[in-house]
Amino acid sequence: MTQLPGLLDTEAIRKDFPILDRQVHDGRKVVYLDNAATSQKPRQVLDALAGYYERHNANVHRGVHVLAEEATALYEGARDKVAEFVNAPSRNEVIFTKNASESLNLVANMLGWADEPYRVDHETEIVITEMEHHSNIVPWQLLAQRTGAKLKWFGLTDDGRLDLSNIDEVITEKTKIVSFVLVSNILGTVNPVEAIVRRAQEVGALVCIDASQAAPHMPLDVQALQADFVAFTGHKMCGPTGIGVLWGRQELLEDLPPFLGGGEMIETVSMSSSTYAPAPHKFEAGTPPIAQAVGLGAAIDYLSAIGMDKILAHEHAITEYAVKRLTEIPDLRIIGPATAEDRGAAISFTLGDIHPHDVGQVLDEQGIAVRVGHHCARPVCLRYGIPATTRASFYLYSTPAEIDALVDGLEHVRNFFG
Amino acid sequence: MKLDSMYQEVILDHYKNPHGRGLRDGDAEVHHVNPTCGDEITLRVKYDGTTVSDVSYEGQGCSISQASASVLNELLVGEELARAQKIQETFLELMQSKGKLEPDDAMEEILEDAVAFAGVSKYPARVKCALLSWMAWKDATAQALGPDAERTTA
Repeated sequence: MTQLPGLLDTEAIRKDFPILDRQVHDGRKVVYLDNAATSQKPRQVLDALAGYYERHNANVHRGVHVLAEEATALYEGARDKVAEFVNAPSRNEVIFTKNASESLNLVANMLGWADEPYRVDHETEIVITEMEHHSNIVPWQLLAQRTGAKLKWFGLTDDGRLDLSNIDEVITEKTKIVSFVLVSNILGTVNPVEAIVRRAQEVGALVCIDASQAAPHMPLDVQALQADFVAFTGHKMCGPTGIGVLWGRQELLEDLPPFLGGGEMIETVSMSSSTYAPAPHKFEAGTPPIAQAVGLGAAIDYLSAIGMDKILAHEHAITEYAVKRLTEIPDLRIIGPATAEDRGAAISFTLGDIHPHDVGQVLDEQGIAVRVGHHCARPVCLRYGIPATTRASFYLYSTPAEIDALVDGLEHVRNFFG
Repeated sequence: MKLDSMYQEVILDHYKNPHGRGLRDGDAEVHHVNPTCGDEITLRVKYDGTTVSDVSYEGQGCSISQASASVLNELLVGEELARAQKIQETFLELMQSKGKLEPDDAMEEILEDAVAFAGVSKYPARVKCALLSWMAWKDATAQALGPDAERTTA
């Protein structure tokens, strides 16, 4: 077996993930390399979900009975865990949403309905990048269309990095918000936060960071990032689906208006008007995803016990090995940075003229799960003149043997269509 | 191997040597996409009265979507509209069969090379690839011939 420095004890870790023993297609053990789409869930998270429903289920913040108090304590306890995980100055800065898309839409809507000095209107500009996931493009397009604001973006270099050469023209005095991805889900690129934040602060623009592909894979410190908002989702970091997070700076959350109205987010309600609860509840209308928040809390406990710095080191070693092995394959072109430096654990590539859909199908027959298509980042495919890519993405349980299986599988694909 | 049921020799032949590829003069043009995988096709139809005189297309996509467009060109060009519609409907029926339909002689007589796609119907994610050009043809025909043609193909 290939030994690489920095690898975790995957033999022990994989025992926590029942699905990794799953066999598909006549007894082939599944090789799960689609972690950027969603991660698998450890037994500890599955037990937390079942345990919540079996012993504590009730609605939160309402009842005075034992179960309601336990459910509330578990839900709010999950908020404490998230706050600590991202080094938030206050637990009241952590808003639960249903996913990162909802978190980003929430920011766009807060700014669209805000008073000065935050309001985005026809005299102002919004800045994003060409490597955003659709979830960090479309909410801003909607906001621009509704307010008349101008939408601008950073382009990409040939090797899959942000082109910041014109940063002073892209981010200007008119810019109200700069929203960008920390780690690209399609290119794997880790973006230079500091340079962008510095320029945004110079002109007084707010900064929103999509950390969906960062939170699962590396230590995340919202204070060090110096952003105003950070969004991520639970299901890519060993948690269940249906739970996402928006972290926002407290003074902003106090000033900005709510978006969804309903139960839970109010202070008092009369027939003519209402006053609102303080953040984070102001932004959590309706019964929240309680079990899912508890599951996310368990996922954070699980990841933290292993250590995010160790997970980062493991994935870096795996990614370095994968880049080396993949570039040995004739006709394989990596779309994105060609080395493991400043890159996350997702690698997109094309294989000669073979369409990614066909690549994915033949890999699936061998039990290898990858993602094919444009990965909800179609502008990136347009930028590099390709219809789609095949993407292999890794996590804390990924092994060098799985990379070898992928490389063998791709050899089989080449023979099949050769 | 199970994969061979999808990637029949006939399909790979059409993929490598497509029939009628390239855009030529037409009465109507449509652009259809499969947003889940990025397959795209631009397709034009040309009618001589009620005879399909040409189906020309340009696009990008997987082997299944490209081979399917090639088979469509081979099957439909030169046919009367009613016969072409019958072929399209039969192909649709086969592709929606979830692998449960064993093509009989009557179906093979209508579909010719297109029966090779029977195996694709077992793969839900790929059915849309196979149908992309056929849905584009139906749409383009409705535009070229007007609402009457739409009604008979519905």
